[in-house]
Amino acid sequence: MSKEQLMPYEKAIEQFEVVIGLEVHVELNTKSKMFCGCKNEFGSEPNTNVCPICIGLPGALPSVNKKAVESSIAIGLALGCDIAKTCRFARKNYFYPDLAKNFQTSQYDEPIAFGGKLSIELADGQSFNVEIERAHMEEDAGKLTHVGGSTGRIHGADFSLVDYNRAGVPLVEIVTKPIFGGGDKAPELAAAYVRAIREIVKTMNVSDARMERGNVRCDANVSLRPKGQEKLGTRTETKNVNSIRSVESAVRYEIQRQAHILANGGTIIQETRHWHEDRGYTSSGRVKSDAEDYRYFPEPDLVPVEPSADWVESIRAALPENPEKRRKRLSAEWGFSELEFRDVVNADLLDVIYATVEAGAKPQAARKWWSGELARIANAENKSVEELAITPAQVAEIQTLIDSGELTDRMARDVVAGVLAGEGEPRAVIEQRGLKVVSDEGALIAAIDLALAAQPDVLEKIREGKLQAAGAVIGAVMKAMGGQADAARVRELVLERAK
Amino acid sequence: MSDLIHKSAAELAQLINSKQVSSVEVTSAFFDRSEKLNHKTFSYLHLNRENALAAAKLADQALAAGKVHSPLHGVPIAVKDVLVTKDAPTTAGSKILEGWMPQYDATVVVKLREAGLPILGKTNMDEFAMGSSTEYSAYGPSRNPWDLQRIPGGSGGGSSSAVAGRLAPLAIGSDTGGSIRYPAAVTGSVGTKPTYGAVSRYGVIALASSLDQIGPVTNTVLDAALLQDVISGHDAKDSTSLPNSLGSMAEAVRNADFKGLRVGVVKQLSSDGFQAGVSERFQDTISKLTANGVEIVEVDCPSFEYSVAAYYLILPAEASSNLAKYDSVRFGMRILPEGNPTIERVMAATREAGFGPEVKRRIILGTYALSSGYYDAYYGSAQKVRTLIQQDLAKAFAKVDVLLTPTAPTTAFKIGEKVNDPLAMYLNDIATIPANLAGIPGISVPNGLAKEDGLPSGVQILAPAMQDAQAYRVAALIENLYKAEWGDYLISQAPDLEALNV
Amino acid sequence: MSEVTPDLVRHLASLARILVTEEEVQKLTGELSVIVDSVASVNKAVSGDVAATSHPIPMSNVFREDIVLPSLTQAEALSAAPDSAEGRFKVPAILDEE
Repeated sequence: MSKEQLMPYEKAIEQFEVVIGLEVHVELNTKSKMFCGCKNEFGSEPNTNVCPICIGLPGALPSVNKKAVESSIAIGLALGCDIAKTCRFARKNYFYPDLAKNFQTSQYDEPIAFGGKLSIELADGQSFNVEIERAHMEEDAGKLTHVGGSTGRIHGADFSLVDYNRAGVPLVEIVTKPIFGGGDKAPELAAAYVRAIREIVKTMNVSDARMERGNVRCDANVSLRPKGQEKLGTRTETKNVNSIRSVESAVRYEIQRQAHILANGGTIIQETRHWHEDRGYTSSGRVKSDAEDYRYFPEPDLVPVEPSADWVESIRAALPENPEKRRKRLSAEWGFSELEFRDVVNADLLDVIYATVEAGAKPQAARKWWSGELARIANAENKSVEELAITPAQVAEIQTLIDSGELTDRMARDVVAGVLAGEGEPRAVIEQRGLKVVSDEGALIAAIDLALAAQPDVLEKIREGKLQAAGAVIGAVMKAMGGQADAARVRELVLERAK
Repeated sequence: MSDLIHKSAAELAQLINSKQVSSVEVTSAFFDRSEKLNHKTFSYLHLNRENALAAAKLADQALAAGKVHSPLHGVPIAVKDVLVTKDAPTTAGSKILEGWMPQYDATVVVKLREAGLPILGKTNMDEFAMGSSTEYSAYGPSRNPWDLQRIPGGSGGGSSSAVAGRLAPLAIGSDTGGSIRYPAAVTGSVGTKPTYGAVSRYGVIALASSLDQIGPVTNTVLDAALLQDVISGHDAKDSTSLPNSLGSMAEAVRNADFKGLRVGVVKQLSSDGFQAGVSERFQDTISKLTANGVEIVEVDCPSFEYSVAAYYLILPAEASSNLAKYDSVRFGMRILPEGNPTIERVMAATREAGFGPEVKRRIILGTYALSSGYYDAYYGSAQKVRTLIQQDLAKAFAKVDVLLTPTAPTTAFKIGEKVNDPLAMYLNDIATIPANLAGIPGISVPNGLAKEDGLPSGVQILAPAMQDAQAYRVAALIENLYKAEWGDYLISQAPDLEALNV
Repeated sequence: MSEVTPDLVRHLASLARILVTEEEVQKLTGELSVIVDSVASVNKAVSGDVAATSHPIPMSNVFREDIVLPSLTQAEALSAAPDSAEGRFKVPAILDEE
């Protein structure tokens, strides 16, 4: 199926009001699954984290993971929701081979959390209040692999293979109320909202929040209505948009696609659509018809969840600071420029810099390490900075040694390399590599005098006030000292001796 | 030792415990008889001598080492095919599961093994426990040891006929609307549905999750009590399992007395619609109790009128969802239609071929009851009827300790008589259903033979939730009254199975 | 009066993934009509404000701790499958949605 015709974006925005609704699924990072004791782990051999419960063998019964309920309550609280005094699980009945029981244990009219809101700030500083309808608990489905055919996609496949390792992994589904007024910013707003949810659940450490692993997935509802019309348009639901960038692209695509259809007198079909990341378009999935009668009813194998006020308050008390508030506070405390701060946030460096500052480094110095040298190394090794074998505390220690003049910048980079190479703590690396600033001024002066004598032209220039010429002499001295001299002090001494 | 098969489980346990007879001898005796006579009653779908004798041997070895695992140590048992067993195929009476070897044991099966009870085999049942006669078993009906032309009740007719025919001293049943109590009544045996949650449902192939309960099928009240003590108790794998023990049922039986006992008779379940001989037997039971100074009170439970209707909405609704997993992907039958079928067609074809007509009827009825637009009128209203029934029972139990009803409206009917009339079949459970809807315990005890056909009749004792001991107490009292009259248990009057012919 | 029509039966059978022949549709329509008429009386019983009971013995907050328990082996998991390949359950192609 090829791309459909699109209306130019600006024109679409001019003619139509965009209404979006977002459903974000967050996979919790509990040790075990939602309803059984199987490992909640990504990347295991297929069908090795499965048991009678999560492959739906006859007779098996679910039992609820308390930590998953706690994490769900915590997410609800972080989104400003009310927590239900009592709520139940419900069965959502539909047949699909990745659904072991052919019903999903979910929540229906009694979600654990409801009625929240989240303030979203766009790049230009404009801020939106997104209202949260509900957050409910449910279980993930297994993973299908389509084999044969030409594309490896569902269509035209010869057969499919099912791995139930992911079946029963706890999910929290967060559903927004319809979001109006995004205008031309609607796609960006959708992306910023998903980014914010991701950041919140990551900060709370209730999810690994790795979108490339499907820990956070977004279904985006988009509808258009001609400007001035009150009645909402028919919406489509674009499924499993699995990166923040694609959220923006997919919403944008749907706006343009629907606008073209509406402007040409067509009607939008209420359906699910699939986002094709590689080619940047959505294609039609199931038509939402009466065939989608999920026949929800209260899960009779489970009893109601009734979180006590004490329980909820203890979860609330343990919540980390809201990421946005925290960013604002840190931005003020650290005194970075707006650009510097945004780069830090976008590169996901806030936490490591924070930890490094906490360990005693100055904010600017911590920033330079993580967004400079360490980011470069991580990038070269295709890792995140968190995965590097150096801790914020070690970085802070090295920085302290620079500040006190015990290390030069270059030596500090050597120490970092040593730590990364597994040579031990910074002190041990310094010891082993013999990295010591030469503070014997007699030796320095002797070397300087030697260098000046060897380069009389340079001496002449310095005396004429061309101080930048000193560089050549400093270089020679540093070389003579094996790099283990404080370059600033060398410079001072060179100028002094040249007088 | 052919007289072994005529002993109660309690007596057998005593003989084994005192080493007068070994578990292997007892197990062999029942196994030999089962192999010889199963073609008459068709009680068992699966018999496994090797497994049974291996377990019996272990029980004997434990005993030799001075270990007694339970008060029923060494006594063999038959298990309804609705419980999953690692060492025996489990079908729930359905073709769709034919040949399935489960990857795990039900909690109750684990408890039986740990308590030293060798498992003789798996008993026949209506497909997925939907039925009152075993005629809906995909493998053919079981037969009543009192008259092989008649049904042994259902869905647990395999277990009831095994016990009444002495192919097993004990059996496990499951009761969703009467599947233990009704078969007990029509085969002259004893059957208990414990309080909902008293016995773990983990590993019990679900029919209707909020109604299903596992319980004992035996020939005496004490045997039922001993067995309930073995299989009950909290199970973390079943979230609806009761957190606390309900105490010893065997003790309640042994200490049973009439002191202060108040018995209620439910106005709605005392005369209308019951076979004359059944009513006569019920009146006889009431008279005997009165004669022993028991106060009899008539209680009004108006909502009982709606119990069968509510039941036949709740059960199909839950069942339609519970049975969705039979889809040919992870276990069970797979039918591949011609051509190059999609999984959707394979699932639909498999379910068409694998489920019998009654199962399909109920799945479709349940799908209807849950579908959008009908939920409130059907499933929602039925759940409200449950509340009304609980309210009626609460009022009744404020006045009396237990309620008595006839267990079944008639004695055993003939095979084939109702098989094509689902509604008539549903009415067999009219007296047993309220207990499932309300979650309370119920026991059926034999109270004689109906005068018009000479077939067994049963009286049902209902007690408040968690008061299973109270139900056992009254069951034991009634059993004692009749034992005094007959000189033995009712089962001693059963015909000689060896002499009967199909 | 019953709302059960052949179309409804066909729709329900498709929701329940059960293949039905036209003959079965007719038979089920009749049977279900009788049953539905008889069970519809629950509506009459519950006039007014009655709470629904979905669970016979009221309980709440039954949880397990977040502890990993042994799983089945892959071979055990697949042991009863009608078909499998590469450690996975094998199923015929899923409905072509395009």
